Amino acid sequence: MTANAERMDAAAPAALTPVLSAEGLHVAFKGRGRRGSARAVDGVDLDVHAGEIVALVGESGCGKTTLARALLGLERPTAGRVAFEGEPLRYGMRPLKTYRRRVQLVLQDPSGSLNPRHTVYDAVAEGLRIHEGHTADERDRVAAALSRSGLRPPERFFLSYPHELSGGQRQRVVIAGALVLEPEVIVADEPVASLDASVRGEILGLLLRLRDELGLSALVVTHDLGLAWNIADRAAVMYLGRVVEVGPVEEVLASPRHPYTRALLSVLPESGADSPVILSGEPPDPTRVPAGCRFHARCQVLGSGQADAAGVAGRCRSEDPGVLSGGTATQVACHWANA
Amino acid sequence: MNYLEVKDLRVTYRAGEGEIPAVRGAGFGLAPGSKLGVAGESGCGKSTVALALLRLLPRSARVQGEILLDGEDVLTMRWGRLRAVRWAGASIVFQGAMHSLNAVRRVGDQIAEPILLHENATPGEVSRRVGRLLEQVGLPRWRAKAYPHELSGGQRQRVMIAMALACEPRLLIADEPTTALDVMIQAQILRLIDRLVGEHGISMMMISHDLSVLAETCDRLAVMYAGRVVEEGPADSVFADARHPYTAALSSAFPKIGDPESRRNPHGLPGDPPDPADPPSGCAFRPRCPVAEERCSTVDPVLWPVEPAAVGNGAAGRAAACVRMLPEMRSAGVAAEPAEPNVAAPEESR
Repeated sequence: MTANAERMDAAAPAALTPVLSAEGLHVAFKGRGRRGSARAVDGVDLDVHAGEIVALVGESGCGKTTLARALLGLERPTAGRVAFEGEPLRYGMRPLKTYRRRVQLVLQDPSGSLNPRHTVYDAVAEGLRIHEGHTADERDRVAAALSRSGLRPPERFFLSYPHELSGGQRQRVVIAGALVLEPEVIVADEPVASLDASVRGEILGLLLRLRDELGLSALVVTHDLGLAWNIADRAAVMYLGRVVEVGPVEEVLASPRHPYTRALLSVLPESGADSPVILSGEPPDPTRVPAGCRFHARCQVLGSGQADAAGVAGRCRSEDPGVLSGGTATQVACHWANA
Repeated sequence: MNYLEVKDLRVTYRAGEGEIPAVRGAGFGLAPGSKLGVAGESGCGKSTVALALLRLLPRSARVQGEILLDGEDVLTMRWGRLRAVRWAGASIVFQGAMHSLNAVRRVGDQIAEPILLHENATPGEVSRRVGRLLEQVGLPRWRAKAYPHELSGGQRQRVMIAMALACEPRLLIADEPTTALDVMIQAQILRLIDRLVGEHGISMMMISHDLSVLAETCDRLAVMYAGRVVEEGPADSVFADARHPYTAALSSAFPKIGDPESRRNPHGLPGDPPDPADPPSGCAFRPRCPVAEERCSTVDPVLWPVEPAAVGNGAAGRAAACVRMLPEMRSAGVAAEPAEPNVAAPEESR
């Protein structure tokens, strides 16, 4: 990007500058042996605005976790960049440390991400100690984070160990650990995947409340479309390293345009779809991204001849529909849907 | 006659000094060729029930009650008979195919194992059958040579299903068969199970915490809470029109996409399931129940028919264990009497 464009970015009104954004982001992993490199994230533009909850949905292996890790600075992009409040992320030790207190990660499976030999107090205070050392008001801040996460009264949980807590309580401890540093953005990777149905709604309600009360932005990575419907403002559907459909949840999930999004929604139990589109096979291999539209080999619209009827079948097989831009508009990367 | 009939099943784990009741009097039946879904959250005893059905529980568990498989009580069976019943009478697809397969043996050999143990088959016959089983579950024959780590999660779950079908069982018990799988793979596996169960005329018991999956796959649903069945009935009507507040909470936990009511409004259930070692007085669900009344702390409700059973089709009735479903004649403070299975509801008091 030229210096001129960068200055324009900085001059844009603060409300329009996304808090967190991926710009032309690529992350590739070197292949082993004769395999080519895996293009886990293969060109993504995605914005998260202040106070916004964005759901990044897709199947295992579509690159959604890699994208989240790149946004957190845990993975160096091979091309493109991550920007925080319009400023490109710098990968030195110090800038990363500052960055990570403002953008916090909430991991899936709280049983695995909590140290079984640390008390709840230690688990929540750890981030605080890393960033500020021992502070006089540590106890108050830990208590505040715990009660904000719904563990009340907080003092009762200080000396508990993870094994003494239920799955939902553990996830709340993990969230408290992220909140204690008062971040602007949290990136949550499958925050409810390992939780029971009854607890799931409680944790999702908590994420919504945190947004309303603290103005927190969130990127929620999930394969659960119901979660996106429950809490997200916008949804980005990812397939094989690219965002293939993005827009307000009401549009992307209630009237999906990309055949892949349609297929995902049609197989949900109780979706009411007359004929669920069950795609065969597994998501393809990021070391061998198909030419043309990357979804064309599994696409039901192409397979059933509808794309042919619309006169786009040739382009589906040979022409890449391109990278969707950031911003909040509804977009879809599909020749047929855009025809 | 039901192929599987569970009556007043009680399982208690010995832990240290005390005893922890995991299943506190659960009962249900499964007609031949039908599909029963058992729903509930972690710790409600649903997996314990599955393991108890084939006497797979650890020694620390004490099992009481009756488990009739084709009229024979599994709990009093001799060892030899039990070995024959496992795999051939009923087999289990365990949750977490990642951990249930032996990581250092080829999947073909693992599928062959029950066949070799149960039948006098020649090696050629066995490998032909393994190939056929793999094809049935949608994997190519040559995959028999693969090790579990070479397969994806969905493929491993297919191998687990092939293994469970190896000895042509009459009952398939599937314990969270699609948990941790993606939506698309989940749909593939559910469709596969549905097809195989239909083709082979197998009865199925599927266990899950996801009521929407069960409602779509099964004929009947049993919802468990704190070691008991709290609601039972035809799958569609239980899911769409829950009578027990716990079932209602479970069925609204997974939103219907497009439904404005659940938009930005996730439904959860506050609190945690009761500590099995120290259950609350009265109804076990009372501390979390949004509609609990005073009498709930004294009455411990048992399954009670909530709809007059349809004439000539007693099994289609519904039952719920909630005081609000008791006939109004019963006043507060009177402990409910156990309901006879398949009894028509008592006459209306009005």
